[in-house]
Amino acid sequence: MSLLPRPVRTLWRRLTSMRTALVLLFLLALASVPGSLLPQRPLNPTKVDSYLATHGSWGRLLDRIGAFDVFGSIWFSAVYLLLFASLIGCLIPRISVYARALRNKPIKAPRHLDRLAENGELTSELPASEVAARVTRTLRPRWRTIARTEDSGAIAVSAEKGYSREAGNLIFHVSLLVALVLIAGGKLLSYQGSIVTTEGTGFCNRPLSYDAFHSGRWVSPGAIAPLCIDNLNSFTATYRADGSPAEFKADVTYSEGLDGAPRHDVITVNHPLRREGARVYLINHGFSPTVTVTRPGRAPITDTEAFLPADTFYTSEGAFKFAGKDVTANNDIGLSAIFAPTPLISKGVVTSIAPTVSKPVLAVLAYQGLLNPEGAPQSVYTLDPTQIATGELKRVAAKNLSMGQSMALPDGTVVKFTGYKEWATLQVSHDPTQTALLVAAILMVTGLLGSLTVRRRRVWVRITEQPGARTLVSVGGLARNDSGNFPAEFETIVASVQSSLHPGAQPPVASTAEKIGAGRN
Amino acid sequence: MAIDSGLASFSETLWTAATGTYLLAVVGYTGEYAFGKTGRIADTSPAVVREPAMAGVSSGGSVAGHGSTGYGSTSTGSPYGAGRVQRGSDASRRWGVAAVAFTILGALFHLASVAIRGIAVDRVPWGNMYEFTLVVALVATLAWLGTLVKMPQLRYLGLFVMMPVLLLMFLAGTFYTKASKLVPALQSYWLAIHVSSIATAEGILLTSAAITAMYLVRSRFERRSAAGITTGRFAGVGSRLPASASLDKAAYRTVAFAFPIYTAGVIFGAIWAEAAWGRYWGWDPKETWAFVAWVVYAMYLHARATAGWKGNRAAFINLFGFAAMTFNFFVVNIVISGLHSYAGLN
Ligand code: HEM
Repeated sequence: MSLLPRPVRTLWRRLTSMRTALVLLFLLALASVPGSLLPQRPLNPTKVDSYLATHGSWGRLLDRIGAFDVFGSIWFSAVYLLLFASLIGCLIPRISVYARALRNKPIKAPRHLDRLAENGELTSELPASEVAARVTRTLRPRWRTIARTEDSGAIAVSAEKGYSREAGNLIFHVSLLVALVLIAGGKLLSYQGSIVTTEGTGFCNRPLSYDAFHSGRWVSPGAIAPLCIDNLNSFTATYRADGSPAEFKADVTYSEGLDGAPRHDVITVNHPLRREGARVYLINHGFSPTVTVTRPGRAPITDTEAFLPADTFYTSEGAFKFAGKDVTANNDIGLSAIFAPTPLISKGVVTSIAPTVSKPVLAVLAYQGLLNPEGAPQSVYTLDPTQIATGELKRVAAKNLSMGQSMALPDGTVVKFTGYKEWATLQVSHDPTQTALLVAAILMVTGLLGSLTVRRRRVWVRITEQPGARTLVSVGGLARNDSGNFPAEFETIVASVQSSLHPGAQPPVASTAEKIGAGRN
Repeated sequence: MAIDSGLASFSETLWTAATGTYLLAVVGYTGEYAFGKTGRIADTSPAVVREPAMAGVSSGGSVAGHGSTGYGSTSTGSPYGAGRVQRGSDASRRWGVAAVAFTILGALFHLASVAIRGIAVDRVPWGNMYEFTLVVALVATLAWLGTLVKMPQLRYLGLFVMMPVLLLMFLAGTFYTKASKLVPALQSYWLAIHVSSIATAEGILLTSAAITAMYLVRSRFERRSAAGITTGRFAGVGSRLPASASLDKAAYRTVAFAFPIYTAGVIFGAIWAEAAWGRYWGWDPKETWAFVAWVVYAMYLHARATAGWKGNRAAFINLFGFAAMTFNFFVVNIVISGLHSYAGLN
């Protein structure tokens, strides 16, 4: 430290002072607030887009300073890192001071014990050395003690207690430091992928399989566990009589490794499938209706598509796309549809009135023309609105279909609503730092308990032989930190010192140890 | 098992009974407070007599110097109650005793209401905001009664604790949700562990905030009376509060007690989130505000150990912490949408 130039040292001292820690903590709290009040991109990108659309230049300014990704922003990281540095700088000297304090003897008795917050006096007929021995024996089991002979000839016993307070505090802060490292490491080393899986299908844990995949910068391809959900055998939602959900469960067959044997598991909301290196969660669910399309003179084609729920009763929206023979034929078929598991049809508009399935209806708008002339990536849940707007995709028919019903298009094609399946969003997550973080968190709480419940206190006993009179025993006590019930504790200490000076039965008043003003018995 | 609607409505009757009884208790505390005019004169002079029960070794007689380097400002003696030297009049005492009796009776109704709700729905009784509010209020009441057992001399401050509790009881009514089973997301034993620890911490921190508010009034009174001003806003209240040093210490101790519980509660939440949502922390608004409140209370504990930040500044930080927690409880549940939409208010 002393090798560093002076300004650096000053800066470092500033950074590691309690006051700076206080300011940094305040900044940390303050910086988090916009993260809860403004929409955040990692949580909800569509909300951010609509905020930007409605807030003009103000929105763009917020965007530029990172207000839509507060916890990934430079300024949040800056506060985090400064706090981190401050914490390290504060802990290193405190740890060495503590290590030294553990080796050092309790400090010398102050000259005027009667000036301490807690004090009292006793006298005894015993010689000073015997009193000192007895006092030490009384305190020993719980207190660290040392007896010193002072220049005046008096013997002073110093006793200290409550070292685990500082130990607890250090354990807390060190674990906090470790936790911060692990959280940052977890960000870099974790990945997460999610995919909408319809009953009867499956997927493998590979970045490209997923609908959405996020991974930290340090995730190597080798770190992605070779796990396959071979099949979603069934998804079951159970509801109570009042319509509230009772249980969601996904019954899956999975396998691990290149030639792992297929195994079976049931994933529910609070019970993911936990395998070495990956965890599989049930995140969401919905319906996948099935239609069969029969063009004149051709074999029927059956398709099942996942629909997105638009409300809590699972009125769901989606699309089916059947490309024609070739682009020039201009005879693609697109079905834009609403699926209602328990339908209510009013004025031709279909909505669902319960999440359970009872006589479901598929409301179909049928289009013909060109679905996607450029072959660009499209949403699977809607027909391309620009194709409809330009008239390249024309609406040719509309009908509400019950299961088994069909509708005919002008060219003779028949569209039949043949059934439905359910889908589940499965999410695969991996974070190699989690277990270590849990250990750090447990240590944090343990340290806190030690730090906030233990109090440091010191007691001194000075024993002075007085020529021609009884030995004078003065006791003083001092509690550091908030002293709790130290006055009461001190009182019991004095009482036990007093009784140690006359072992055996309670002596008559003023026999061996006379009370001058201490103890209340 | 189905919902037992008979038991559920019995639980609601008990909630009404508890609220009514607390109302009587508040009337009693107000009466005690209003009739308790003594202490004022003694308080304005810094000389304070130590209460015998807390006097420690000096009670036996005349030990020179004992207490002369006491804890600070006007109080040199016992940590509690030093500011109030004498008990109030008999009338005041009678009101106070009645108030405590009503508090105990109300707490029994309250406890029964919560327990029976739990039996009626066959799960832990804190699955939505109505139930959670009732539990926080119950913890605060029990914390208050616990304080009274240890420090009966604080009884005359009951008004300041039971008023917020009464408010919570009424608020619970506005959040009322009919007895129902849990949605799948809440079907986890972590509901019992996570929510109970958070509710306990919040109940205790509510008490701490009430004490801190008293501290601010009292320390202002002490500063002004040291300067010779005995009138002004809050002077009447200030004169009857315990010494600021005692209030400060009591506020610290309650936070020191609640903070590890709150920390553990947040960690339990993270463990549950890992099992339910696939990540232990996702900066969901509820999580963000829990973090903000935690950091502010950490600041409070730091401030108490930092020169220049003790006293009033630390007290304001304590109130900010409570404000963040309260914001998380009400505003985040009701206004801001997130994953934690357990409130059952929509
Ligand atoms: C990430 C930031 C930090 C957090 C969340 C934090 C949290 C806490 C908490 C909760 C306490 C009270 C419990 C206990 O005593 O163990 C505490 C105490 C303490 N902290 Fe920190 N701390 C942080 C950073 C720092 C830094 C940078 C320093 C050094 C300047 C520091 C020095 C202390 C000291 C000396 C105490 C003891 C106070 C006392 O004796 O009452 N802390 N901290």
